[in-house]
Amino acid sequence: MNTKNTEILVGLFIAIGLASLFMLAMKVSNLNIYNNDSGYEITANFDDISGLKVKSPVTMSGVRIGRVSDITFDSEIFEAVVKIRIESQYKALPKDTSASIYTAGLLGEKYIGLEAGGDEENLQQGDKLKLTQSSLVLEKLISRFVDAFVDKDSDTKK
Amino acid sequence: MLNFIQQLGGSGLYFFQRLGRAHILLGHILMGIPAMLTRLPLVIQQMYSVGVLSFLIILVSGFFVGMVLGLQGYNTLVDFGAEETLGVMVSLALVRELGPVVSALLFAGRAGSALTAEIGLMKATEQLSAMEMMAIDPIRRVLTPRFLAGFISMPLLAALFSAVGILGGDFVGVGLLGVDEGAYWSQMQASVDLYDDILNGVIKSIVFGGVVTWIAVFEGYDAIPTSEGVSRATTRTVVHSSLAILGLDFILTAIMF
Repeated sequence: MNTKNTEILVGLFIAIGLASLFMLAMKVSNLNIYNNDSGYEITANFDDISGLKVKSPVTMSGVRIGRVSDITFDSEIFEAVVKIRIESQYKALPKDTSASIYTAGLLGEKYIGLEAGGDEENLQQGDKLKLTQSSLVLEKLISRFVDAFVDKDSDTKK
Repeated sequence: MLNFIQQLGGSGLYFFQRLGRAHILLGHILMGIPAMLTRLPLVIQQMYSVGVLSFLIILVSGFFVGMVLGLQGYNTLVDFGAEETLGVMVSLALVRELGPVVSALLFAGRAGSALTAEIGLMKATEQLSAMEMMAIDPIRRVLTPRFLAGFISMPLLAALFSAVGILGGDFVGVGLLGVDEGAYWSQMQASVDLYDDILNGVIKSIVFGGVVTWIAVFEGYDAIPTSEGVSRATTRTVVHSSLAILGLDFILTAIMF
């Protein structure tokens, strides 16, 4: 085998290796370098966000229009402050849009669902959503349910 | 009793001597790398025998591992009605663990043993001593290009393994068992992260590539220059590098994920 053929084969090998790396990066992973920093950011305060993570999807009518970009805790009002980055093509969201935290499926991932209001003005960079609904925590729900039962039982015994 | 303790001490000392020699050799090899960058044809020659010749076995075994993952994953996931997540399972298993580990094991068996045997025979037939007589440093001339070639080839082979494996999972899951193709790919894209999963997999394979070729080159260079010694060194290469891969994989996984 002469040098030229060897070099061609090695070149092919490197090209195919790099191509498969590229395929892994582009096709397998959730790579979106392009629209990472575009769009605008709004914030929303929640009483309870348990389960929500940075990068969780933000949807409207079930379509993903952005992601959670940051989660912090405000120690003065004891609320979670969630920063949401909306992609730039969704500019015309009314100012009184409301945000709720939902669960995908029974035990699935948490996401934020936005619902449009009727305001004529649109949301701008840095705006705050006023209407929010917290995450539904299964344990709280169950304990409320159990409490209700216990109360009913003690009522009938009296 | 005293005999036993003496034996223990002897083998302990021997072990540490070898470990020390291996590190000194690694230092020599690494020092030769800058000079090697001006003599790339040597590296390319070695990449042919280390990388290109391992290409087919990686391709075939990657495809079969992916197909088996697709089959087994489907059988388990379908019980929970979650067969749509097959893509996630196949891709995470391959990218995080099986891609780097299995391809490194195959690499150790296919290329590592060949390296050891080649260098060991060079030593046994006194080619290395002949080079020294001609004032050529055999470490820089023979070992460095081989080390570099293994170091470069391994991540490429591992990426190839993962990519082909995911296609194999797609072939079985989507093609034969009827998982929805859109769900296979979109669920995969939703949960595989470029940095957390793919980049860490690449780092793993780079580490494995370095360790496997280091062990192979050292065993060859340190072999007793007889036919028996070379055969023992070759066996040791495969055994030690397999153990090193599995052990390091645990440590790396514990650090990364």
